[in-house]
Amino acid sequence: MILQTLPMVIVLVGLILYTVLAGADFGAGFWQLIAGGGERGRQIRNHAHHANAPVWEANHVWLILVITVLWTGYPTVFGSVFSTLAIPIYVAAIGIVFRGLAYTLQNATMEPRQRRLIDMTFAVSSIITPYMLGTVIGAIASGRVPVGNAAGDLVTSWVNPTSILSGCLAVVTGAFLAAVHLAADARRLKEPRLADAFRGRALMAGVAAGALAIAGLIVEDHDAHRIYNGLTTGWGLTAVIISGVAGITSLGLTWTRRYGATRAASALAVAALLSGWAAAQRPYVLPGLTLSAAAADDSTMIAIIISIALGAVILFPSLGLLFRLSLAGRFDPAAVRRQEPTAGPDAPRPAWSGRVAIAGLLIGIVLLTIADASVAHAFGIAALVVAAVAGFAAIGPDELARNDTPPDALPARRRPH
Amino acid sequence: MGLQEYLLQARQMQAMSFIVHIPLVCFGIAFPALILFVEWRYLRTGDEVFRVLARRWTKVLVALFAAGVVTGTILSFEMGLLWPNFTATFGSVFGLGFAIEGFSFFLEAIFIGVYVYGWDRMSPRAHFLSGIPIAAAGVIGSFMVISVNGWMNHPQGFALSNGRVVDVHPFHALFANTYFWHEFVHMYLAGFMVTGFVVAGAYAIGRLRGRWGRYERTALAVPLAAAVVASPLQVLVGDWNARTVATTQPIKLAAFEGLGATTRGAPEHVLGWYTNGQVRYGIKIPDLLSLLAFHNPNAVVQGLNAVPIADQPPVNVVRFSFQTMVGIGSLLALLSLVFLFICWRYKRLPATKWFYRGLAVAGPLAYIALIAGWTTTEVGRQPWVVYRVMRTSAAVTGASGIPVGYGILAAVYAILIAGVAWTLWRLAKIPMPDPSTGRADAPVEDPAAP
Ligand code: HDD
Ligand code: HEM
Ligand code: HEM
Repeated sequence: MILQTLPMVIVLVGLILYTVLAGADFGAGFWQLIAGGGERGRQIRNHAHHANAPVWEANHVWLILVITVLWTGYPTVFGSVFSTLAIPIYVAAIGIVFRGLAYTLQNATMEPRQRRLIDMTFAVSSIITPYMLGTVIGAIASGRVPVGNAAGDLVTSWVNPTSILSGCLAVVTGAFLAAVHLAADARRLKEPRLADAFRGRALMAGVAAGALAIAGLIVEDHDAHRIYNGLTTGWGLTAVIISGVAGITSLGLTWTRRYGATRAASALAVAALLSGWAAAQRPYVLPGLTLSAAAADDSTMIAIIISIALGAVILFPSLGLLFRLSLAGRFDPAAVRRQEPTAGPDAPRPAWSGRVAIAGLLIGIVLLTIADASVAHAFGIAALVVAAVAGFAAIGPDELARNDTPPDALPARRRPH
Repeated sequence: MGLQEYLLQARQMQAMSFIVHIPLVCFGIAFPALILFVEWRYLRTGDEVFRVLARRWTKVLVALFAAGVVTGTILSFEMGLLWPNFTATFGSVFGLGFAIEGFSFFLEAIFIGVYVYGWDRMSPRAHFLSGIPIAAAGVIGSFMVISVNGWMNHPQGFALSNGRVVDVHPFHALFANTYFWHEFVHMYLAGFMVTGFVVAGAYAIGRLRGRWGRYERTALAVPLAAAVVASPLQVLVGDWNARTVATTQPIKLAAFEGLGATTRGAPEHVLGWYTNGQVRYGIKIPDLLSLLAFHNPNAVVQGLNAVPIADQPPVNVVRFSFQTMVGIGSLLALLSLVFLFICWRYKRLPATKWFYRGLAVAGPLAYIALIAGWTTTEVGRQPWVVYRVMRTSAAVTGASGIPVGYGILAAVYAILIAGVAWTLWRLAKIPMPDPSTGRADAPVEDPAAP
């Protein structure tokens, strides 16, 4: 049982982290859209961009992790969801492309007119993408994705009250998270006016998110009764209460400008909400398909768990480093403190590298091209790797480039030594 | 509505997505290593040229990486959007490769953030070290994806019962696969060739227009050195690939060569066109195919007629791609040998304009070879998505509207390519740092600057 469940827990954790981290990223786009014109609007837009530029790619990878673990651990679920919900997922993907493009372009131009176009692209795609992903959750929650290849309705599966509400909730939650993040960031950059502007936005978005969450429960009572029952009893209810309390707390903390604590509380609210949904789904993932029936072979589950555990050992310290540097302002423009390298004596280029390269090449040809055994091939490749590295060293491109050759040099003559 | 209604469009959409993603991957594989080499030279010598170069290249890397991320995301979505039956049936066998790859993406994305925004904000050493995971992650990432491709070409590590996979051994399926290593090594070299020739080609064009300071020479020589080392080796490795294909996927090999009937002492045909079971208008070299594929001029080589027509790949597509790749590969190896000779004999960069003209086209050619190579592999595997286990037509989605999705994605990719190209062009226009101060700290140089 644990084997069948644990990968789904990983999926859920990934989803929570994606919602919290990438959500803040999407929300930044939302605020860019309604930042207004003029100097102040531009300030808000620039701030929204810079706060996330170093971390957006890492945040995005959570989605990839969710998807890959899903298709490895619960392949039928993945196939059913992605075929029936092809439209919202496809639109979300297109939105992701435009967001990536906008991040790239923002580094290329300062020209206001071009910037406006880029910001607009960024903002619109930052709203569409989480909305579409939210409708996917709503579709699954309301049992509209049957098992099979495109077995559900391609349109009504995600255009329905539950989906629309969860789509909106995803957008507004992101807006709230982003506003808190940007307020904290602005305060660190000693921009109190900007910080207060985002604080006001955070409060608005937070209230809206709470209202949507409550509206969601009412809608689900009519539209997705199974989930409603799950959310109003047992673990589901516990999660909903935690989420509500955490949500209200985070509003209070925003009011008193304790942004660090707000982040923790709002993350908890999101986590509780998504966990509540998962609890309410139990034991079915899709209608008629229980989690254990959906799960892949035990050997695959074990392989996933081991790989993720090993990966996590590297991942979390690295993520910690990135966020520590980013949140501590080490990437801010003001943090530039150039140090010269302490150049030691440069090691001379080994004179024998050319000979090693040729030797590696000859051994490689014999073992890879002429010999037939697989073992010989393995050593042949190793020899060619040596040849490649030694060959590069023998060329010594950095040294080679010191000597000028005039653009129109005539047929070469040997240089005097 | 038949499942296969949109098969053709789905295949084309998959191919288009790859054609955009794979060159970016090449930069993910090779470019971090080249940048780190240059930065390492800066650390050892304190020479400003290296520092400026590494910084400017970093910005190119960021732009390309962002495009790699989003096009890769499209590809992972397509696993479900286009091929839900494939993933739903075999996800538990091959999916692990992608899940592990996810971690390499994390490493790459995290350390790109640190590396790019850490310029001048960390000690030079720490900054250099933060670049190493990027280079490692590019290798791990491609390793994992190719293990999946190797498995699709040579499936193992599972059994089928009533259309469901049982007895799955994912590690065995992916990493104990004999069809994997040749693809990995070949792709890795291709990464260095594409990156090396494209980057060097850009500076070669600059030279033809008279930009030829020490900065430009270094920027040309470093990627070029990597590419000219990789190119001759690529020919040897490619020959190894062909021999592996000959033993594991004989029908694919027959398609490479347009060999209609099983033949003892099979000839090789250069150029020409395959119809009615033979190659017409080609240059025939007797016995060569048997010799190349099995090291024996009298060896028997299986022909396409060993399987029914319905199980044969589209021969001319495969054959044309294969010959394109081999032709370009040979040309680039030749260009590399010219360079190596000049370098060895005269201890300097080539002086003739012709070399730089050749270099300017070498980049696009390497890219074409890359795509041609993947077309050879993937189309040569048809009609199977999992070789001899699942047909591509059984893998495709039942959702309608694929043509619309394909059209929109094509338009979006056109915008993406134009946007990235424009960004790179803008980056190239950023003026060089003031030589009198030797500093590269002009604010516009700073990726994090407002
Ligand atoms: C810069 C790119 C490039 C160049 C110059 C070459 N190749 Fe290649 N080739 C690839 C890029 C590539 C590739 C795109 O990376 C492929 C696709 C699958 C793979 O493993 O590598 C490939 C596949 C591939 C295959 C099919 C492997 C399979 O289906 O598993 C063969 C037989 C060769 N190559 C042979 C050659 C030969 C004999 C070359 C020398 C002249 C050559 N390639 C040059
Ligand atoms: C079905 C095939 C493929 C899928 C599903 C896929 C998926 C992805 C995804 C999701 C990313 C973005 C990672 C991020 O968010 O940071 C990515 C990038 C990358 N992919 Fe692919 N990919 C595929 C094919 C390939 C191939 C053929 C290769 C190499 C041989 C490759 C190697 C890489 C590398 C090295 C990156 C790093 C990004 C970069 O440097 O631009 N992928 N891929
Ligand atoms: C894992 C899921 C994959 C599926 C379902 C898949 C399937 C396909 C299909 C159906 C095509 C079109 C072939 C045709 O046009 O006849 C294709 C093309 C291609 N595939 Fe795969 N493939 C997958 C993975 C990979 C991987 C992992 C790689 C590389 C490592 C790869 C590289 C390519 C390339 C480069 C093309 C383009 C060939 C062309 O130019 O037509 N694929 N793939």
